[in-house]
Amino acid sequence: MTVSPVVPTTRYTPPPRGWYKRNEIAITPWLFLAPGVLFFLVYVIAPIYQSFGLSFYNWNGLGDVRTNGEYVGLQNYNKLFGLNGERADRNFQISLWNNLKWLVLYLLAIPAGLFIALFLNQTVRGIRIYKSLFFFPFVISQVVVGLVFSWFYLPNNGLFTIMTGWVGIEIRGGVLGNPTWATYGIIAAGLWPQTAYCMILYLTGLNAVDPEQVEAARLDGAKGPKMLWYVIIPQLKPATFIAFVVTIIGALRSFDLVSIMTGGGPFGSTRVLSYYVFEKSLSERGLQYGYAAAVAVILFLIMLVFISYFLWSMYQDEKGAR
Amino acid sequence: MFPTPVQKQSRAVQLGYQAFLPFALILWLLPLIAVMIFSIKPDVDFTSGNYWGWPSSFEGFNNYGKVFFESAMPRYLLNSVMITVPTVIGTVALACMTGFALGVYKFKGNLLIFFMFIAGNFVPFQILMVPVRDLTVDMGLYNTKTGLVLFHIAFQTGFATLFMRNFIRALPFPLIEAARVEGVAEWRIFFYVVLPLMKPAIAAMAVLIFTFIWNDYFWAVVLTQGPESQPVTAGITSFNAQYRAAYHLMSAGSIVAALPPVAMFFLMQKHFIAGLTLGAVK
Repeated sequence: MTVSPVVPTTRYTPPPRGWYKRNEIAITPWLFLAPGVLFFLVYVIAPIYQSFGLSFYNWNGLGDVRTNGEYVGLQNYNKLFGLNGERADRNFQISLWNNLKWLVLYLLAIPAGLFIALFLNQTVRGIRIYKSLFFFPFVISQVVVGLVFSWFYLPNNGLFTIMTGWVGIEIRGGVLGNPTWATYGIIAAGLWPQTAYCMILYLTGLNAVDPEQVEAARLDGAKGPKMLWYVIIPQLKPATFIAFVVTIIGALRSFDLVSIMTGGGPFGSTRVLSYYVFEKSLSERGLQYGYAAAVAVILFLIMLVFISYFLWSMYQDEKGAR
Repeated sequence: MFPTPVQKQSRAVQLGYQAFLPFALILWLLPLIAVMIFSIKPDVDFTSGNYWGWPSSFEGFNNYGKVFFESAMPRYLLNSVMITVPTVIGTVALACMTGFALGVYKFKGNLLIFFMFIAGNFVPFQILMVPVRDLTVDMGLYNTKTGLVLFHIAFQTGFATLFMRNFIRALPFPLIEAARVEGVAEWRIFFYVVLPLMKPAIAAMAVLIFTFIWNDYFWAVVLTQGPESQPVTAGITSFNAQYRAAYHLMSAGSIVAALPPVAMFFLMQKHFIAGLTLGAVK
């Protein structure tokens, strides 16, 4: 006789799950995001809007803008550009022009970095130490870089001044004391660490170049500059993109060097927008917070052009990845 | 490999390359070598105009001794440590969480939040300057290390999130799915599955942010003043004002100020470069 197994009459019900358990996958990312996003909103996103608002006021920085400041609409911008019967701000024009010099000349760091990377992309003994020592300038603070270069440029006793003296070039007042040359002197100082950064990006990129393609091209008779231009550089595109991004941002952030090396001088000839904002608000000559905010907004808008391009490129990549 | 390895070239080229390497390096690092020599020179070399020649006597111990025992430099260094270390810890903690959320989950607004972090990271500091300063003053944190740390954490979270998210994206996703099938809670997946795999990313971020924050000058000037809270980058300018034209002391001070990130770089070189070259290779 067979005994059939006892079949339970009630069906299994899973233990009741709470609301959180049921929605866990939807809720978790927001819990993880909350602290980071909150911090970022308070300290980065909100201040951008506040600066925009500030740029429509005259305010000396005391008390609150809305009670102590005076709403002046677009007047600050009119002053900057010389619109509506205002006289254009000469110092703003100098800063803008210098920023353009920075942007263009700073890009030299990219080919210079590629050049050094190509020079160092060998496998001789001790090359790793050479690579890291070439990268060295990037690790040092811009404050120290600025100090060192300003000693280099000292009138009479600076090494640079002595060396240019050998070939009979004399720069009056030393590089940093000369309104024509000072900005170029500062840019040269900035190019030093920036080139090191681009170099390390390209060294990493060169490491990943497909050796089979290089060999194939070599068999086809490509070499030297042709090989570089048609085979290597296209493969270095991601490295070039990053180098471009960091160089543009570095150029527009050029505050430290200007502040350390010349403080905007001589005769205000080395001002850049980032320094001018600081000068108009927090320095003794400043206390025009609304006006400074208007300059900051212009700088932000210039940067926004590049940011949009960067984000657009990254978005194209993201779409490709999905 | 490009360019052609020197080993495949003639003996003359090989020797020429080997000989040129140290020469190029000295030329490249000339400014640094100059400060190093400056820092061991006696005072009299500068008054007598011997700026770039050989030191007339070795005064290294004297100069560095003065920096360490007769100036506010140790104070500034300590401040820098007390600003940098909490910032690194805070940023890495926040960015691990945001990176995990953005890298693992698919939800509406994911890409938007991610792009907000990236864009914010590129913004010029000056547009944040006055509002951040006011906010810090309102919180009673002006001229405190805490005020500086809070801002740095917030700002660096942007860059760190970009890095962490891309790193997590590259991890094998089936690992997380397997854990889910096993019924592991999501926060446990973060702690026990993802976090252990993120060690290299955490190391890279930690050294990079250490260097960035240690070298920060702008925010130090905007949010602090005086030796009780200023970090070494800002301190060095008042140090220099104290020893105006005393180049031997200024260079000794600069070297002391620059040393910690340099040491960090040489100790953790692999991670440092991995962090900096993120995205340079597809």
